[in-house]
Amino acid sequence: MRSKGLKSIVLAAGLAIASIGHATAPAPQGAAPATTTAAPAAAATPAAATPTDPMLAMDGAPHMLPTPGVGMPVDGKMTLQPQVTPNGRRALWFHNAILFPVITVISLFVLGLLMWVVFRYRRAANPVASKTSHNTLIEIIWTGVPVIILALIAAPSIGLLAAQYKPAPANAVTLKAIGNQWYWSYQYPDHGGFEITSNLLKEANQVQPGERARTDADGPILLATDNRIVLPVGVPIRLLTTSNDVIHSWAIPAFWIKLDAIPGRINETSFTIEKPGLYFGQCSELCGARHGFMPITVEAVEPAVFAAWVKAKGGTMPGAAKPSTTAADSAAAPAAAADANAAGPVENATSAAPATNQAAADNAAGASNAGQ
Amino acid sequence: MTDTALHPSAFEAHHDHAHHDADHKPSFFARWFMSTNHKDIGTLYLIFAICAGIIGGAISGLMRAELAHPGIQYLGTWAAYLPGGDAGLDHALHLWNVLITAHGLIMVFFMVMPAMIGGFGNWFVPIMIGAPDMAFPRMNNISFWLLVPSFTLLLASPFFGGAGTGWTVYAPLSTYGEPGPSVDMAILSLHLAGASSILGAINFITTIFNMRAPGMTLHKMPLFVWSVLVTAFLLLLALPVLAAAITMLLTDRNFHTTFFDPAGGGDPVLYQHLFWFFGHPEVYIMILPGFGIISQIISTFSKKPVFGYLGMAYAMVAIGVVGFVVWAHHMFTTGLSVNVKMYFTAATMVIAVPTGIKIFSWIATMWGGSMSFKTPMLWAIGFIFMFTVGGVTGVVLANGGVDDNMQDTYYVVAHFHYVLSLGAVFSLFAGFYYWFPKMSGRMYNEALGQIHYWIFFVGVNILFFPMHFLGVQGMPRRIPDYNPGYEHWNWIATVGYMIMAASMMVFFVNLFWSLFAGKKAGDNPWGEGATTLEWTLSSPPPYHQFETLPRID
Repeated sequence: MRSKGLKSIVLAAGLAIASIGHATAPAPQGAAPATTTAAPAAAATPAAATPTDPMLAMDGAPHMLPTPGVGMPVDGKMTLQPQVTPNGRRALWFHNAILFPVITVISLFVLGLLMWVVFRYRRAANPVASKTSHNTLIEIIWTGVPVIILALIAAPSIGLLAAQYKPAPANAVTLKAIGNQWYWSYQYPDHGGFEITSNLLKEANQVQPGERARTDADGPILLATDNRIVLPVGVPIRLLTTSNDVIHSWAIPAFWIKLDAIPGRINETSFTIEKPGLYFGQCSELCGARHGFMPITVEAVEPAVFAAWVKAKGGTMPGAAKPSTTAADSAAAPAAAADANAAGPVENATSAAPATNQAAADNAAGASNAGQ
Repeated sequence: MTDTALHPSAFEAHHDHAHHDADHKPSFFARWFMSTNHKDIGTLYLIFAICAGIIGGAISGLMRAELAHPGIQYLGTWAAYLPGGDAGLDHALHLWNVLITAHGLIMVFFMVMPAMIGGFGNWFVPIMIGAPDMAFPRMNNISFWLLVPSFTLLLASPFFGGAGTGWTVYAPLSTYGEPGPSVDMAILSLHLAGASSILGAINFITTIFNMRAPGMTLHKMPLFVWSVLVTAFLLLLALPVLAAAITMLLTDRNFHTTFFDPAGGGDPVLYQHLFWFFGHPEVYIMILPGFGIISQIISTFSKKPVFGYLGMAYAMVAIGVVGFVVWAHHMFTTGLSVNVKMYFTAATMVIAVPTGIKIFSWIATMWGGSMSFKTPMLWAIGFIFMFTVGGVTGVVLANGGVDDNMQDTYYVVAHFHYVLSLGAVFSLFAGFYYWFPKMSGRMYNEALGQIHYWIFFVGVNILFFPMHFLGVQGMPRRIPDYNPGYEHWNWIATVGYMIMAASMMVFFVNLFWSLFAGKKAGDNPWGEGATTLEWTLSSPPPYHQFETLPRID
């Protein structure tokens, strides 16, 4: 990445000192070889959703293996995680192509000026100080030029915000993430409202005999969960977040998504995952003792595989009989209905017929704002 | 500090008998515990801030030790020393949250603010405007002494369970998420510290508006005085909002109100709005006096007046004003509507403009100067660059769409430590070395000062720069353990901490050696560049200065 090269130049000297005596080589991830990305599609042949389908064994035996370096941190790396959503790529581009070069150039410019004045105007080189204390032109320039630079940054920044706030379309898959101390639970309100609870998988030396421990097939240390959230690729996902106790935050760095889960509120955003794979995140709002131990694992699969998984979970795919299905959905999701008192319009928007989603989502943003 | 009478300054020499009265000091207890003298109170503040800084810095050492490698290393051992220490892993993990909370609160409320405003502000604002003392000397005393019970409450709270809410004390974690008296103690501690600061702010505003020497117009005041004036207004307007917010926390915790509880119609996000309406001006409260200190030092050691004085003064005013309308950029992930987020993105970026004016004006002050690189000047130049680095990452974070990824990661930690730990703290050290001869009457050791600077500079950069990498790789803040994918940069950051800690040994050796055995300082050790009024007095200044007011042309 371009930022890596520049930053490593800036830092090289200091870090070289710091690294003495320390193994600088990135620790091996200990995960399966990198060739496994292609595996899930092949392994998870989306045949009939029978109990023998490997997808049904999801909870006990995850078969999609993590790909080192994708959807997780890489030791010693200095760049943002690779992005797998369109808005994520757009934001990544904004950071790498605009923000990072601009701030690097400004920092180096200030450093250069400082070094020049320190060299040129040291007492030995310039024994008699000038008395200049004003220069209107230069003051106008150093006020005006930053304004222009900021305006140039602001334009794509505002565009990025607009893209991120584009409401999810009617056919979006709704995922409701609910924060709890200290685990995540999930509902699929459009798919029969079945619920998944997702806990940290502890290491083998931390569990009772017989209890399930993390293996490298589950994912990296502190990021793997016992139940992954399964989402389809290529289909817009409408993410709703709320909480049953304190504030949590649902975050997946590879999606460029972070949305607080706040009790009494339902927050909404949307994203589309472009590549199948396993993506990891962590709770990102201090929520008590085990704040660092409530990871998020998303398994992105082909839509057909997703449909099979939903079926295996006892859910339903929104089909031809859409209105009745959605009505049943909202009835089947009592927890969602209970939340509706604090953020009525938002929740109503979600469980209403898909045709009204767009307008209702616009309304939702405004309503939640008015509530503040 | 007692040999002032032997070195009457040129200015005081004209008023011999008055000077004799001016140097009459009360007994030890009356002088230090019932003080009404701005210099003594300033000294008390500085001693207090140094003590708090040692404690807060030691806590960050504990944090860096724990984070040096993945896995829970020491928390269990440390937790065993606290009441309920055998309560298992959650107790140890809770200790982590107690540590991060204490580090934040101590460094903000008991180190940076007392040192900047209470210490240097008290010492030099009256002198720089030619006033004999602060407007309300007894209120000045209570401002300081409120801090002592405040700090005591905070330090005692870990022994009653510990407040693990983060320095932001977000509801509902701080309401029903944390039972026991600890959070109440922390809240009362903030109340007392806030009251102390409000009283101090009133004192500074009154002093600066009413007690300037004849001819010392507002537009002739040294920039340090301007910076304290703007800071005092920020304190006066922001702290009551914090007081309101944490009072509501108290009643939510203890009296079954539901300001922040959705079950009773409240809203947790309301707390965040109130907190950050205070919290964002608070970060400028911590840095603005530093801007003032840096302006004095750059001017002194370049032997040039500050470039663009009016622009510099009003840039601080602008930063103060705009600082009140950008608070929600701390809340970009709380579900703000798109219009709100666009506004706060744009408003936040505006702050870069007056900040840029200051950076460039400092460089222009040096341009054409005749610079000498004494220790205070090294800290000042380091400040300019480090603050620039912290400022530009702030521009990255200002973008609401980008902040979705950066929020609550180590990128934010890196950003605010660059502007505070490398910005505010650099300016504190710069001011300390700059005014040490004036305050103590003795010179610090120049070689040790420069060694301290260079080791500290290298240490804090190794400590904080890798945090940018951790942040962009996605490491959340406030976690005691992490995926091994974050180990490399965490280890390097811990090495940086150790280097920084070593430099502090040099500082303390220098401090004590210089206090007792340093060379006697003349009235003005810095030469013709030091033009403000404190350099016309003896070192240390007489117990009561300016019994006859100076006249400014």
